[in-house]
Amino acid sequence: MLRAVGAILRKDLLLELRTRESVPAMAIFGVTTLVVFHFALNRPTVEGDLAAGVLWVSFLFAAMLGLNRLFVAEEEQGGFDGFLLAPIDRTSLYVAKALALLTYLVIIELIAVPAFAILLLEPGLWQALPGLVLVLLLGDLGICAVGVLVSAIGIRTRARDLIVPLLALPLLIPVVIASVAATAPLLAQGGAEALPGRWLLTLALYDAVFAAIAYAVFDDLLED
Amino acid sequence: MPALPLDEAGKYVAAAYLVFLALLLVYVAIMSGRLGRLERDLTDLNRELEERDRQRERDPERVA
Amino acid sequence: MHGKGLRTLAFLTALTLTAAYALVFFWTPNEADQGFVQKIFYLHVPMAIVALCGFVAGGVAGLMYLRTRDGKWDLRAYVAIHLSQILACGVLITGSIWAKASWGHWWLWDEPMLVSFLIVFLLYATYQVLRFSIEDRERQARYASVFAVVAGAFVPINFAVVRMAQSYVHPRTLGTTTGGMPSEMMLTFLIALAGMALLFVTLWKYEMASKSAGAQVRALRLRLLGDDDALPRRSAAPTL
Repeated sequence: MLRAVGAILRKDLLLELRTRESVPAMAIFGVTTLVVFHFALNRPTVEGDLAAGVLWVSFLFAAMLGLNRLFVAEEEQGGFDGFLLAPIDRTSLYVAKALALLTYLVIIELIAVPAFAILLLEPGLWQALPGLVLVLLLGDLGICAVGVLVSAIGIRTRARDLIVPLLALPLLIPVVIASVAATAPLLAQGGAEALPGRWLLTLALYDAVFAAIAYAVFDDLLED
Repeated sequence: MPALPLDEAGKYVAAAYLVFLALLLVYVAIMSGRLGRLERDLTDLNRELEERDRQRERDPERVA
Repeated sequence: MHGKGLRTLAFLTALTLTAAYALVFFWTPNEADQGFVQKIFYLHVPMAIVALCGFVAGGVAGLMYLRTRDGKWDLRAYVAIHLSQILACGVLITGSIWAKASWGHWWLWDEPMLVSFLIVFLLYATYQVLRFSIEDRERQARYASVFAVVAGAFVPINFAVVRMAQSYVHPRTLGTTTGGMPSEMMLTFLIALAGMALLFVTLWKYEMASKSAGAQVRALRLRLLGDDDALPRRSAAPTL
């Protein structure tokens, strides 16, 4: 199974590298959202709760953009049929796509977080960095676990572009709640405070539960 | 037995319970519409079957 | 098949609900700080609890469909989710009325029940959209079941996380918790809860019977007349 995951993952990453379809767009969208926030909130800088919120909403929307395109190649070029014929565990597609999305999100964060620090953040980022990386990772895992599942549900329906955000956003609200609550003390005005452990635990639990559920039901989505 | 106060509080409580009642009644109304359609379909079916039986009686050689 | 026992159930429901609300207005004492407005509690909270259970039950039915591929389970899930969504609507409206009466605002972000239900309501609103957008009946049932399972698991998690988030803001609850209630209120509450649960089961059986009968009539029509409905109706509901 691991080899299948590796193979699909490599194919997706290579495809993305060559065509550069999704990741640049998602990154630019993320940064643009930050700029829009500046105008929408009418503030030169943000910190604490507000900063955490702005950061996570921008990531969430950039992720929505990527979700819509996640299975497009498979759907349009018969990749699903080819995949179903191969003698491999079907959930390997889920794992591979989740890892691919995770990679994209990490790349986007590498661009957007510095942009955020320069454009909008009041307090310094260096102290907060290790904690921030952890929260980003756990939050991203949640987005990937739920997002890939929702994207797979949406790809076969007629109203694909509408269904994916409509399903994903409510399902991801707990991730937003927990991630913002965990990030806010890191971006506090007086310098980074301690990382609240209970929210990290919540994120980890959410990730585990939804990854398990997705793992269990993904097979049933791919049957025809 | 407390008298029902007709002041502010009473209106809100009444509104809440009325919303519940309204939802219930609208649901029942929609379901009764479905039942009516079901009855109509069944009478149509019965009529069609009777017609077919009558036709078969009239022409016993012709197999329907 | 579904109609069996429906009459008894309906009678029991009417009896329990009438008893519950008679108790609410004629026996249960008024609460200390909220006064008469607190009576909404006996309507709002049972609706919420039954709706939450209904959503989870829909998830279980969806899981059973995925295991057995028997269309009946998909129908059961559809009806359960459909009824719970109506109840959720009621929860939001009655909660809003309660909020306005108690605190003067039509919405309270620090009331975890209201906020959770808003999220859940928005999520399940997509259920019918999803069903409607898939034409193939078998795939529609499969995808809807996957949705029901994921969403059903989401409901309790969402509730827990929203509650966690609220406990850091000063919780200005409408008193939807049942902790520390005098015994008369608790008794009335339990009867109201039982009545609401009976109502749910009654309406569920009622709708299942109606849909099942409709499916049988359609099948009969197909066999006897060789044609389906003159005007095929597109609907989000599963057909057996």
